[in-house]
Amino acid sequence: MASNQDLPIQLDTITDGVVMRPSGDIDLSKAPSFRTQIAEVFQEKHARVIIDLSEVPYMDSSGVATLVEGMQIASRSGSKFILSGLQERVRSIFEIARLDTVFTITRDLDSAERA
Amino acid sequence: MTPSPDIQMRLKSQPKLLSSVRSMLVSLAERIGFGEIESGHVALAVDEALANIIRHGYDQREDESIELSAWVITEPSPGIRIMIEDEAPQVDPEVFKGRDLDDVQPGGLGVHIIREVMDTCHFERRESKGMRVIMEKMLQTSTSNDESTPNGHSIP
Repeated sequence: MASNQDLPIQLDTITDGVVMRPSGDIDLSKAPSFRTQIAEVFQEKHARVIIDLSEVPYMDSSGVATLVEGMQIASRSGSKFILSGLQERVRSIFEIARLDTVFTITRDLDSAERA
Repeated sequence: MTPSPDIQMRLKSQPKLLSSVRSMLVSLAERIGFGEIESGHVALAVDEALANIIRHGYDQREDESIELSAWVITEPSPGIRIMIEDEAPQVDPEVFKGRDLDDVQPGGLGVHIIREVMDTCHFERRESKGMRVIMEKMLQTSTSNDESTPNGHSIP
């Protein structure tokens, strides 16, 4: 079976929720760790969950799929799910997958906290 | 007769190896003349193809074999040709069509991404066992995603 690798994610609390700051590439080896940590965050009720991707230089479809799952969990739990700080290469995969208009995507964290 | 690939590697079906393969391909694509984003797209397409094999072809088993070959194309315009072969159970190549993107769901994006970022992409059964995908990207890109290989170029 696959030996998945941990994805480092810094968690910060904000007034109405939490900011998740993963760092490093998110591909097939890291997506399971990403998925687990997003699910753990949603075990508590948050009005707003922000995924700050400013320290993620690369993401493949397994990372995108994990974020779609997060968006679906957020929708069921009535939380806002916001992506912020996407680097150009990461943004392009959302555009290719035509998900750039499905997610709430903000340029930076300040915008994400107001969205 | 097909010329020998410029780069050929055999790797185990381990997700942790994907980043090394991406780095190699970005380096090769940049040397051919692709820009940063386009080089990233070449690496992304290969990453998606390898991830599909590991996840679906080999059901996440890490001790299986994948062979990757790359050719630097010089005529009629510079480009790159990549072939990936596995030994997974054969499936109908029609399954690699990609899905309707209007239906937002977590999986099934990989094939769509490959077809979107490469100029050509062709899936087929290998003669003996396993599947093969051949993809190309030219520096002077067309927007076509057709299945055919462009005629008239030589592979050194």
